[in-house]
Amino acid sequence: MTPRIFDDEVLGWLGPIPVTMTMVTSVAASLLVLAFALLASRAVRNRPGSRLAALGRITHRFLSDLVADSAGHPVPGLEPFAGTLFLFVVAATVIGQLPGLSAPTATLAATAALAVLVFLAVPVAGIRARGVRGYLAGYFRPNPLLFPLHVISELSRTLALALRLFGNMMSGQLVVAVIVALVGVLVPVPLMALDLLIGCLQAYIFTILASVYIGAASQLEEEGTS
Amino acid sequence: MTEHTILALGSIVTAGLTIALGAFGAALGEGRIGAAGLDALARQPDEAGSITRNQFVALAMVESTAIFCLVIALVLLFANPMLG
Repeated sequence: MTPRIFDDEVLGWLGPIPVTMTMVTSVAASLLVLAFALLASRAVRNRPGSRLAALGRITHRFLSDLVADSAGHPVPGLEPFAGTLFLFVVAATVIGQLPGLSAPTATLAATAALAVLVFLAVPVAGIRARGVRGYLAGYFRPNPLLFPLHVISELSRTLALALRLFGNMMSGQLVVAVIVALVGVLVPVPLMALDLLIGCLQAYIFTILASVYIGAASQLEEEGTS
Repeated sequence: MTEHTILALGSIVTAGLTIALGAFGAALGEGRIGAAGLDALARQPDEAGSITRNQFVALAMVESTAIFCLVIALVLLFANPMLG
């Protein structure tokens, strides 16, 4: 039996579009994040003393501190964006621990989509902060000769962002699968716990890197970017 | 040996070498990051939060090279375009 590493199980067809397992699980992860956000915000508004409200406030505080520290200066709209990325990757990791399911972030398609979001958010934030001319001038900063290097660095870091998350999540599941095949039940439980930890760590790192990239693009004058 | 066997043999050996060398380099780098992080923590315990955060980011950056090697090794084994 060959493991599914680079392809994806097709569950059905929606017209010409295949509906894969990853699409279903990532929609489930999004719904999980959405439900948590709605419940927590409602709890903060209506029952400020409840545990759910406390959890919501702690999450918000943690994410806003994380994003503000990484970006280095306030960027409008960055916190909801980066915070959503964090919560989505964590929710995906949790879904990956359920029996019979794999994390949507363990397929290259899902992580590539997340990385492309960050890739697109960089010029948006840069243009919003510095204007089109100012943002494009950033590519020719210290020296116009460095323009190709700037472009290559943007592309390669997007690739690295996607492959890092994919590789970490996929390798964790692969190790668990190999241990299950070799020794059987219960033995891989510590490894699954490690997988959960790595998933949260990768969510943290993904958020930090996204904030750093977007923060660097929208930095006003002075200091070299990247 | 047929051409297919030679290709398969080469792919398997290369996959092993890829992940071995990739893990080797990443392990050296991560060891240095860990040592430097502990050193910084011992010198400046007050900055623990910022040191740990930056250390994790650096670890993830270095680790990603090993992950790239893993992905390439898995491509060689399971999604090799030459073997069809």
